Amino acid sequence: MEKFEKLTAIAAPMPLINIDTDMIIPKQFLKTIKRSGLGVSAFHEMRYNLNGSDNPNFVLNKEAYKGANILVAGDNFGCGSSREHAPWALLDFGIRCVISTSFADIFYNNCFKNGILPVVVTEDELQLLMKDAEKGSNARMVVDLENQQIETSDGEVISFDVDQHRKHCLINGLDDIGLSMEKIASVDAFEAQMAQSAPWV
Amino acid sequence: MAPKTLYDKIWDAHVAHEAEDGTCLLYIDRHLVHEVTSPQAFEGLRMNGRTVRAPEKTIAVPDHNVPTTLDRLKGIENEESRIQVDALDTNAREFGLVYYPVDDVRQGIVHIIGPEQGWTLPGMTIVCGDSHTATHGAFGSLAHGIGTSEVEHVLATQTLIQKKSKNMKVEITGKLSPGVTAKDITLAVIGETGTAGGTGYVIEYCGEAIRSLSMEGRMTVCNMAIEGGARAGLIAPDETTFEYCKGRPNAPTCETWEAALAYWKTLYSDDNAHFDKVLTLKGEDIAPVVTWGTSPEDVLPITASVPAAQDFSGGKVEAAQRSLDYMGLTAGTPLCDIEIDTVFIGSCTNGRIEDLRAVAEILKGRKIKKGMRAMIVPGSGLVRAQAEDEGLADIFKEAGFEWRLAGCSMCLAMNPDQLQPGERCAATSNRNFEGRQGRGGRTHLMSPAMAAAAALTGKLTDVREML
Repeated sequence: MEKFEKLTAIAAPMPLINIDTDMIIPKQFLKTIKRSGLGVSAFHEMRYNLNGSDNPNFVLNKEAYKGANILVAGDNFGCGSSREHAPWALLDFGIRCVISTSFADIFYNNCFKNGILPVVVTEDELQLLMKDAEKGSNARMVVDLENQQIETSDGEVISFDVDQHRKHCLINGLDDIGLSMEKIASVDAFEAQMAQSAPWV
Repeated sequence: MAPKTLYDKIWDAHVAHEAEDGTCLLYIDRHLVHEVTSPQAFEGLRMNGRTVRAPEKTIAVPDHNVPTTLDRLKGIENEESRIQVDALDTNAREFGLVYYPVDDVRQGIVHIIGPEQGWTLPGMTIVCGDSHTATHGAFGSLAHGIGTSEVEHVLATQTLIQKKSKNMKVEITGKLSPGVTAKDITLAVIGETGTAGGTGYVIEYCGEAIRSLSMEGRMTVCNMAIEGGARAGLIAPDETTFEYCKGRPNAPTCETWEAALAYWKTLYSDDNAHFDKVLTLKGEDIAPVVTWGTSPEDVLPITASVPAAQDFSGGKVEAAQRSLDYMGLTAGTPLCDIEIDTVFIGSCTNGRIEDLRAVAEILKGRKIKKGMRAMIVPGSGLVRAQAEDEGLADIFKEAGFEWRLAGCSMCLAMNPDQLQPGERCAATSNRNFEGRQGRGGRTHLMSPAMAAAAALTGKLTDVREML
């Protein structure tokens, strides 16, 4: 997993609430058996017209935002299906950080497994960041995970919370399975005890 | 000892390791696997030289991609779908998983066959790379969806890295009125909480109206906990639960059954256990409902009219307008006047035998509206066989419905069953998102009985007029 330390990048504004994982990556693209290559299909139905041409009104099709690495989005981002194809598609497109007032549980977990930082901010902070993102490609936002801060292009600073274990894994690019394997003796012991106390499991 | 909720009890019984910051390795009793969210996980195992720790607790079945037409054993036409189903077949056999292939009569939607085969039992932890895993909470088990990286983690370690969620209680008091079903309960709850109202919580459903439901109905309620944002939904097990489990192929027997039963009877929330959030609805107040928009929270009684975007506040104004545009609806139109062209009955929400019986009750001796495309897709091969034995399938066919083989079908359009742009569907599934049933397709969620009524009239219909 790629490390996430400090990101200085263009942020794209997506003020819509309840952006679900079917919107982020529609079902026809879930048929892959790989993790890579989904970026071209991210936000497919909003991004492309029925004839396959670009929808010029979609934010990530606008010249200013084609190189965006941050999304600033409305409430309850990533709701719906558990598909990890959603963060895979975002990552493949180049998105490393999503900022919203809230995230759906499974999507939020999936981001951390893929080197994407989801940041929860207050409604007021979101409005501020949304305005900053609307400035377009001359504006750069800085997301500093080490110090848990976002700096707008005007130099305003917003602090955010993040689980310390997840922060540690993201900053160091650590693989969960490797970490858990170090504790596998506890699992062996638990399993042995369960075999006695709950043999039906 | 401090009083505990049901969720607290199951959680505490499954912590295999706890770090100082409260991050736990939660032991997983059952891991269900389907073809869409697992190939990358198995690939990850191979790349790292890892194996499946507990193949006997890992149950695999193809469901999302499989065609549901009667000729499906000829093979899957779509190459990508076929590759995905073949990959599951290879992985299941290579790693020695419990496996129900396409040609096995026990094949079906993963959340239907888990309980049917007795893999799902009270007090268990159950995960699957699928958000509707919440279904299994109906048995008083802790069940939720996970991402593919987590699928790989469970395959390798039989645990999940978790922090505990908060407790939420949803109580449905009293009795349901005629024509009102489990689906109406679960939609009405989401209508109250919104799709993010349960985020960070595990919901326990309780109250007389919940207690009165069959296991099938309870599964429908818990299935949609995720649509309210909750990690999981669960219901304390009782005699109804034990009766359902007894004699299932993988349920315990003899003394082991007795030991299990004694333990299961301890699985309830203690008096005075703390809930961080509580919602109470009166069963009598719940009407047959439908969704009008593109979020499962867009719920209204069938007797209401299409709302206006201005009826909402904040970010929902823009979202509602977008929904109305997408759905091609005008504010003020009575919901009963909305014409449909497609009816889909099935899915992990409503593809069980009781759902099909409710449909047959409405359809018996009647014909669907001419020109209507209507299909019933049973949740498993065994549900299909039972419906045929009970004579339900004949009623469906005589009414004009297509009677399909088991699978996810039109719930998510990863298979040949899809809506065309602008088509409008009465669906018993769980999501009305834009494009969910096919690009440009318009979905109204409702109960099986309501969908059957809509098939007869060609419009969204108050099923109570047909009882």
